[in-house]
Amino acid sequence: MVTCVNDAMFPDTGKAVVTLLRRLGVDVEFPQAQACCGQPMVNTGYLDEAVPVVRNCVSAFEGYDAVVTPSGSCAGSVRHQHGIVARRAGDPALGAMSDRTYELSEFLVDVLGVTDVGAYFPHTVAYHPTCHSLRMLGVGDRPHQLLRAVRGLRLVDLPKAEECCGFGGTFALKNADTSVAMGSDKARQVVNTGAEVLVAGDNSCLMHVGGLLSRQRSGVRVMHLAEILASTETAA
Amino acid sequence: MNATFVGMPPFPSAARDALADSQLRGNLAKATGTIRAKRAAVVAEVDDWEELRLAGAALKDRALLDLDSKLVQLEESLTAAGAVVHWARDAEEACRIVASVARDHGVDEVVKVKSMATQEIGLNEHLEAEGIAAWETDLAELIVQLGEDLPSHILVPAIHRNRAEIREIFLRRMAEVGRPAPADLTDEPVELANAARLHLREKFLRAKVAVSGANFAVADSGTLVVVESEGNGRMCLTLPEVLVSVVGIEKVVPTWQDLDVFLQLLPRSSTGERMNPYTSTWSGVTPGDGPQEVHVVLLDNGRTRALADEVGRQALRCIRCSACLNVCPVYERTGGHAYGSVYPGPIGAILNPLLRGVGTDEQVDSLPYASSLCGACFEACPVRIDIPSVLVDLRAQVVDAHRPSAKPEAVAMKAAAWSFGSGARLGVVERLSGVVGGATGRVGRRRLPGGRAALSRVPFGAAWTRSRDLPVPPRESFRAWWKRTDGGRS
Ligand code: SF4
Repeated sequence: MVTCVNDAMFPDTGKAVVTLLRRLGVDVEFPQAQACCGQPMVNTGYLDEAVPVVRNCVSAFEGYDAVVTPSGSCAGSVRHQHGIVARRAGDPALGAMSDRTYELSEFLVDVLGVTDVGAYFPHTVAYHPTCHSLRMLGVGDRPHQLLRAVRGLRLVDLPKAEECCGFGGTFALKNADTSVAMGSDKARQVVNTGAEVLVAGDNSCLMHVGGLLSRQRSGVRVMHLAEILASTETAA
Repeated sequence: MNATFVGMPPFPSAARDALADSQLRGNLAKATGTIRAKRAAVVAEVDDWEELRLAGAALKDRALLDLDSKLVQLEESLTAAGAVVHWARDAEEACRIVASVARDHGVDEVVKVKSMATQEIGLNEHLEAEGIAAWETDLAELIVQLGEDLPSHILVPAIHRNRAEIREIFLRRMAEVGRPAPADLTDEPVELANAARLHLREKFLRAKVAVSGANFAVADSGTLVVVESEGNGRMCLTLPEVLVSVVGIEKVVPTWQDLDVFLQLLPRSSTGERMNPYTSTWSGVTPGDGPQEVHVVLLDNGRTRALADEVGRQALRCIRCSACLNVCPVYERTGGHAYGSVYPGPIGAILNPLLRGVGTDEQVDSLPYASSLCGACFEACPVRIDIPSVLVDLRAQVVDAHRPSAKPEAVAMKAAAWSFGSGARLGVVERLSGVVGGATGRVGRRRLPGGRAALSRVPFGAAWTRSRDLPVPPRESFRAWWKRTDGGRS
């Protein structure tokens, strides 16, 4: 599941997931019928509108052993919100993919059982644990394990890492001022670490913090975890 | 002289003003940071903290499930112990009951123990209108009252004030309402506390009637419990002849033994202490000791409405510890006033809509959206209220209350649901809308560090780009790439 945001805005993340999983021997498919997991509707309160979106999502992934997504937020939505939509629609089948959907780092560490994915990335990196990875899914230190195994990579500590960056989906627009205040504090912490790259498991959060870092001409760039893990000596 | 939350603007605009106040931002970041660290340290000491949280939630749920019979049991045990029990459907009824007790005793002033329920019903304003002064005796409440200000935190209502501001308020206002502050008062915490102590002592010794709330109401023993840090509550609960306690009906716990769990959860979560300094318990009247006339007002004021809400009813477990406020990144930046209620922060964002209902007041309807859904509140809550899930459910209620609606957002969501409901449609929309493929029109462009171009201005979405750049959409969507290259295989 590439997710709608990645499909349209960050195709390189999707390609990185494909490269990485194939390198690890996984048979990867992208069912073209997939669109969105339904989270934007559910989180904004549009439950009726979410029903057809979730139905499409569930049917697109029917028949696959596992659904892997480079987004803690979308994995969290499939796992915790599809049930809400199923109840609204009175159709338990809408919860069908909740149990076999994994955020990328979960799939790598728990299902494939690898932490060293053979990546090379010679840069200083700070990791921001996005809220839905951290608290909704509980991915814990899986991303750190993966990053520490990347050759050449120096992982620096991000103070107050577990604090929300302020993206929050439509929160970023409905409460833009508060969202930016939160993001600016996050950006300041990132800059203070001296990292060249801010990495996370959700491009939407990175788009928000990255947008602030860019506006401030901070020189720090943002990258999805998948893109770092897909990098090798030959294709860095 | 009492400020009011009535007529506050919706959250986003109230927050905008608060965010611009650098003094406020500084005061809040410092105060919440300190209390967060204290809480984290004392919670980490308890090996079975998670079990305690589960127990707290289960005990509260049990009480709420049997609320009807537990309340009757509470009334019986209170009455048997010599208390007079009153039932109040709403704020108006509760205020009238308290005022009539005060009038029966011919007083023109009462002293108050810090209480959220009496704040919620606007008791001070009501009493003032009847010519009865209600003196707040909790230090932070006193600061708010003297400052003709509004509370901004459940536990520390004056959290938005620093000590220099407090000194100024004491010097300016104490003399008008009682014993003046010493003229040479500095902003040393000890001196400020001493000034408050002397000012309040006079009121404690004079008052005939006290008003309190209660943290817990024990059904089997008919005991009310007040938990506090200063001892000023204890003064009010023991010195005056008459005591009136306004207690929300969700404060009931079934048995005396249940306090075992809550008296561990509450202080560690709220003040970050292992045990709170003062715990006062009383069951009705004890001849010759303490108030000889005891009234208890059991308050609904929207609680039965909240109880009827399947997802939201868990909010009634709340023990008002404030942990969710202290860890909330939104609260830390906007402060409490932006929530427009005596219940601010994450719990306020769900409790106000639950107590008052959605769909009629723009300010109330804005509260479920005043969150990034980061989940820090749920993690901290000692009675495991899943605030993010309740927020999401309330958002659905707000949307449903406005259906059918031609709000631009509703139209946009319908359109989004259409295109997100099928991969084929999404592919077409991506191409036509120019989200991918570079058709972004008149925009401000520059390069993101690392090479990708960035937009600083787009024809839509000013709310995003006022302060943030947006990456330039890619030439080709993932979907189109997969099709063209057979998933990178050709
Ligand atoms: S919701 Fe939970 S954390 Fe917040 S005040 Fe109530 S009990 Fe405390």
